[in-house]
Amino acid sequence: MTAVSRARLGVFGRARARSAEGSRPPRERGDSTRSFLVTLLAVLAVAAFLSPLLRAITYSIKSTDQISQAHTPLYPADQVTMSYQDKELPLFVVPLPDGSTKVLALLEPLRKQSTFVDPAAPDAAPIVWLGSWRTLDPVWEFAPHWENFAKVWNLIDFPRLLFNTIVIAVLSTIGVLISCTLVAYGFARFRFPGRNLLFTLLIATIFLPAAVTIIPTYTIFQRIGWVGTWLPLIVPAFFANAYDVFLMRQYFLTIPTELDEAAAIDGASPFRTLISVVLPQAWPVVVAVAIFHLVYSWNDFFGPLLYTAGKTDIQTVALGLQRFNGIHFRDPGLIQAGTLMTLIIPVVAFLLTQRFFTRGIVITGVDK
Amino acid sequence: MVAPSVARPRSAVRFSGLAWRRARWGYLFIAPWIIGFLAFTAIPMVATFIFSLTNINLAQEQPLQFVGLKNYEALLKDHQVWESLGITLKFAALALPVAVILPFLVALLLHSRRLRGSGIFRVLFFLPYVVPFVAGVFIWNGMLNPDTGWVNYALKAIGISSPPAWLEDPGWIYPGLVIMGVWGIGAGIIVYLAGLKGVPTDLYEAARMDGASSWQSLRHITIPLMTPVIFYTIVLAVVEVLQYFLVPLVLKNGTGEPGGSTNFYNLYLYKQFFSYQNMSYGATMAWLLFVLTLAVTLVLFGTARRWVYYAGEAR
Repeated sequence: MTAVSRARLGVFGRARARSAEGSRPPRERGDSTRSFLVTLLAVLAVAAFLSPLLRAITYSIKSTDQISQAHTPLYPADQVTMSYQDKELPLFVVPLPDGSTKVLALLEPLRKQSTFVDPAAPDAAPIVWLGSWRTLDPVWEFAPHWENFAKVWNLIDFPRLLFNTIVIAVLSTIGVLISCTLVAYGFARFRFPGRNLLFTLLIATIFLPAAVTIIPTYTIFQRIGWVGTWLPLIVPAFFANAYDVFLMRQYFLTIPTELDEAAAIDGASPFRTLISVVLPQAWPVVVAVAIFHLVYSWNDFFGPLLYTAGKTDIQTVALGLQRFNGIHFRDPGLIQAGTLMTLIIPVVAFLLTQRFFTRGIVITGVDK
Repeated sequence: MVAPSVARPRSAVRFSGLAWRRARWGYLFIAPWIIGFLAFTAIPMVATFIFSLTNINLAQEQPLQFVGLKNYEALLKDHQVWESLGITLKFAALALPVAVILPFLVALLLHSRRLRGSGIFRVLFFLPYVVPFVAGVFIWNGMLNPDTGWVNYALKAIGISSPPAWLEDPGWIYPGLVIMGVWGIGAGIIVYLAGLKGVPTDLYEAARMDGASSWQSLRHITIPLMTPVIFYTIVLAVVEVLQYFLVPLVLKNGTGEPGGSTNFYNLYLYKQFFSYQNMSYGATMAWLLFVLTLAVTLVLFGTARRWVYYAGEAR
C-alpha cells in the first residue's frame, strides 16, 4: 500500500515537473538514477538470497538422467533425439572441418571417430566425424519431470506424515491460543503482588538454553510412557509460552479499558469480559499467534526428533524428510522434491498472512 | 483509617477488598503459565542440577547414587568437552558478526527512500525464515555442493578455478554453515526495520541542514538510536549460537564430519543424553552451558550501560 502510493507519487511528481519546466535540474535526474541503482541492488541481493530455492525447484523437476551427467543446462531438460530406422539417436552439436557447426544425430559412437546422420537429410549417407564424440555438446530441450513429486509422495507415505503434522500443529495451536490468551489477559488487565517479577521471569525464559531443562523433562516423559507419542509435543502448548503471551499482552494493553469496566458494572465476570469484550477486539493478534504457532509447530524438528524417534508412523513431515534423505541422498531430484513438499505449506501460509506475521515479529522484537 | 494501615504490610495497603478479588482473578488467569513454568522450566532446571550430582543412566539399570562432583571432575578431564566447546566458540566468532550486521544492512537497504517496491522486497527477504529448517539444510547442501552447487558455479564464472569444497572441507565448513544461516535473518531484518522507522525524521533533516553526509547521519544518528535493537539482537544471537547443533546434526547425521569439525558442544551434549542415555553427564554439560550463557549475557548487560542508548533516560 505505502510502497504503491509512494511509487505513484514519484511518477506524478516527475510528470508535473516535466510539463512545467521542460527539463528538470540535474538533481532530480540524479535522484531517479540513484533510485534505479538502489532498486537494482535490492533485486540482485534478493535474487542471490532466493537462488537456492530456484535451484531446489529446478532440481525437483530434473530427470535422474540429467542430474547424473556433467555439463547439462541449469533448467530441467531432456536430451533431444531423433527416430532413425526404429532407433532413437541423440542429437549433438558437431563442429565441421569448415569451421561451422551442425546438429547431427549420433548413429555409431566410437572412440576415435563416430558416424552421424543429418536430421535434415536422414536418407543421405551417414557422415563420419573424426574425434571423440564425448567431447561434443548434446542438444537439450526444456522438459520438466513432475514424477519426482509423485515418487516422494509414495516413498515416504507423505499423506501419513501430512496428517500427523497437521494434527500436532492444530492441537498445539489450540493449546497455545487458549493458554496464552488467559495468561496475557491476566498480565494485561489485573494488578497483583509480584506481577512485574513474574512477567520478567516469563520474558527471561526466552533466553534460557533449552538444554538446561530438556534432560529431566525427557526422563519424566520416558518414565510415564509419553516418549513415542504425540503428548510431549502437544500438552506443553497448553501451559503458555513467553513469545505468544508477550505478543498478546502488548496487544491487549492497546485496547481501551472502558468497555471492560462497563461490562464489569453490568455484572460480567472477568472471564466473561475476556470472551465477549476483549477477544472480539483482539482478533488480529489471535490470528498472528495462531499463524506463528502453526508455522513453528510445522517446522519444529528437535521436539519430534526426541519424542518420535524410530516411530515412523507417528512422525512429522520434517522428520520424514530427514529419514528420506538418509535413504535417497544419492538422488538429489527426489530430495529437492521432498524439501519443496515440506516447505510449501508454511511458505504459502506466510504469504497469505504476511502482514500479521511481520507485525507480530515487530512487537515481540522491538517493544521489550 | 490511616493509623492501622501503617502497621500493615505494604501490599495489604494497596490490595484490599475489591483489589484483592481482582488480584485473585489475575493469579487465576496466569495460572496456566505458573504451572507450566514450574513443570517445564523451574523444576527441570533444579532437577538438571540434581541429575548432575547423581549417576542416572537410562541405558543401564543401576542403583541411584549421589556421586557428588564426580561428573564435574569427569567433565574437566573430558577433552571432547573442551574441543567441542572450542568448535562452538570458533563458529560463534564467525557467525555472530554476520547474524548481527547483515540483517542491519538489509534493513538499511529496505528502509532507503530511494527503493521502489520495498514491501515486496521485505516479504521476499523474510520468506526463507518460514522454510522448515530441515528443508533449508537440504536446499543449501545442494547449493554448496562442490561440483553441482550454484555457489561454486558462480565462483567459477567469475574466474575462481578451484572453489572451496564448503561443507566437505574442515577448513571451509564454518563459512559454509554461516552462509546457510543467512536464510534465518528474516526476523532480524523486520526488527531492525521497525527500529529504523522509529528514528525521528527531523533528526535527519537537522543533520542535513548542518551539512552532514549520509555516512555521518548513519554513524551519529541511526546507529546510536538503534543500539537498543542491536543489543537485543546480539543477546538473542549469542544465546542461539551457543546452542548451535541441529544443522550439523541433520547435515552430517551427527558424525562430526568432515574431520571432527562439526562436533559442536550441544551435539556432544545431545548424544550424551539421547544416544547414550547418560542423563547425569548430559545434565552436567547442560549446567556448564547454562552458566556460560548466563555469564556471557551478564557481561553483555554490563557493557550495555556504556553503549546502549535509551531515549528519555537521564545520562
